[in-house]
Amino acid sequence: MIALIARRVLGALPNLFGIVVITFLLTRALPGDPAAFYAGPAGTQAAVEEVREKLGLNRSMPEQFVIYLNDLVHGDLGQALSTGQPVSQELKTRLPASLELVFLALTLAMVVAIPLGVAAARHPNSWIDHLCRLVTTAGVSLPTFFTGLLLTYVFYFLLGWAPSPIGRLDPYLTPPEAITGLYTVDSLLHGNVRLFLACGAQLTLPVLTLAMFVLAPLARMTRGSMLAVLSADFVRTARASGLSSTTVLVRYALRNALLPVVTTIGMVFSFLLGMSVIVDKVFAWPGVGSFALDALVASDYAPVQGFVLTMALLYTLLNLVIDLLYVVIDPRVRLTT
Amino acid sequence: MTEMTLWGHARATASDNPFTLLAVFMFAGFLVIAVIGPSIAPYGPLASNASQALTGPSAQHWFGTDSLGRDIFSRVLVATRIDFSIALSAVGFSFIVGGFLGAVAGFWGGRIERIIMRLCDMVMSFPLFVLAMGIVAALGNSVFNIILATAIVNLPFYIRVACTEVNVRREAGFIEAARLSGNSDWRILFHHLIPNALPPMMVQVSLNMGWAILNAAGLSFIGLGVSPPEAEWGILVAEGATYIISGEWWVALFPGAVLMLAVFTFNLLGDGLRDLIDPRRRT
Repeated sequence: MIALIARRVLGALPNLFGIVVITFLLTRALPGDPAAFYAGPAGTQAAVEEVREKLGLNRSMPEQFVIYLNDLVHGDLGQALSTGQPVSQELKTRLPASLELVFLALTLAMVVAIPLGVAAARHPNSWIDHLCRLVTTAGVSLPTFFTGLLLTYVFYFLLGWAPSPIGRLDPYLTPPEAITGLYTVDSLLHGNVRLFLACGAQLTLPVLTLAMFVLAPLARMTRGSMLAVLSADFVRTARASGLSSTTVLVRYALRNALLPVVTTIGMVFSFLLGMSVIVDKVFAWPGVGSFALDALVASDYAPVQGFVLTMALLYTLLNLVIDLLYVVIDPRVRLTT
Repeated sequence: MTEMTLWGHARATASDNPFTLLAVFMFAGFLVIAVIGPSIAPYGPLASNASQALTGPSAQHWFGTDSLGRDIFSRVLVATRIDFSIALSAVGFSFIVGGFLGAVAGFWGGRIERIIMRLCDMVMSFPLFVLAMGIVAALGNSVFNIILATAIVNLPFYIRVACTEVNVRREAGFIEAARLSGNSDWRILFHHLIPNALPPMMVQVSLNMGWAILNAAGLSFIGLGVSPPEAEWGILVAEGATYIISGEWWVALFPGAVLMLAVFTFNLLGDGLRDLIDPRRRT
């Protein structure tokens, strides 16, 4: 098992290198001269040159890449020129906000989609199957930004149930002292239920928005793979042997149907990371996405680089976890690799 | 002969799933609007009228007006062309380039295949929307670069399909026969292998179109790509976003709903096309 994990981690290394190279190339091609931006509109030619020297922008590309790699190893992602803060610091404070959103949305989507898909596959062409079809077809057509605005209009403006869409917490409340950086978890750890509810209220609409988007592929895949498994011989055998329908459904069918679903979870996670940028904008959420967007507008490349890199690393990490999950779910995978 | 069977097949698919037929009509409708939209729009897409700012839907302005008094219905109509052009050209680009690269990789294998597949893996190790953002930001804010970014992030899917399809037939009898009759490698690739890879790639196209539109609109929503005051669905929604919390719902709702309808059409059409081309994958 440990050898397997080690092999998978090693297998991810070339990909990691690829990610670093692409990120580097992408941000070096950004339009605008960061040195001129940094020196400010009043900066003289000499000042611009000085900044260029300081940032290493006058070296050759390979040299810049080596410098970049070296910084990366030391956890230095450069300075955000617009805020003057180290990018790594900024990402560290903003990442929990994004992760809280993404993971809650993923959990919510899974909790709804998997039972829905299973129920639909169990009773094909019943009302629940039609419901599942409706949800999956409509869900993939929803533009995230549009759903977010619609939810805001209905639940904030019309019904007044949701708090105003202005970030993670009402400006009059103080955020909980950081332990994990996730407001909901931290407020609970401090035993502050009122604060927990306030954070939860702010989270509801953005999480719903994201979850609605990824519900569809998950439900669709669960239904499809469950349908295939339920008609397999071993399920018939299990039923014929007199096992209870719950045992057949959960222990025999679901476990076998789960592999493609887990693959879909990986894919869906990639959507979530991308869409979180849009949700950041719609709900004024102080996540990594809004940080990257501000930097993009200012053609400030260190934050963009840091953002793309962080996102890709997170995604690679999740794929690694999913690879290992395969082994847990399906022992056959262990033998073939 | 093949046309007859295809037609019969199409009719069977359509009667089996009435939504496919509906999707065909809606797609045709969108195409017509994309072509003649600007000429049938009741107002100019940029014509502002300060005295009519932020008025709700009415007989004069079906979708209401925005903060500058521009007619939202006209802007939505005009935007159809640009959104469809972006999606169609992005998907077309991925289809042609991805198909070619994939076929080459599948046909010759070896080092070429390893390099191409490694590149695919690299692209796919990014969350796609994030990579698209990065590409547009790096190359500059233009419609062409949105198309390019959307195309690049989709390339791996086409490359993989084409590669597998070509690879499984590389040693087939009819390819041996073609080779023995003196056909060159390229001729075999283009006349015998690629045509066989087209149906599964078409399925990929149909499933990809909706996503391409969403991607492009999402990029302009966050301020990349098409820039205001030009009318584009993502921008129109972004312009309305500010007014949602003060209750002027029509500014964002109508463009958003039309965008949703377009994506929905593509998805229905994609499912239908998949049933038509590859009945085994029907769910």
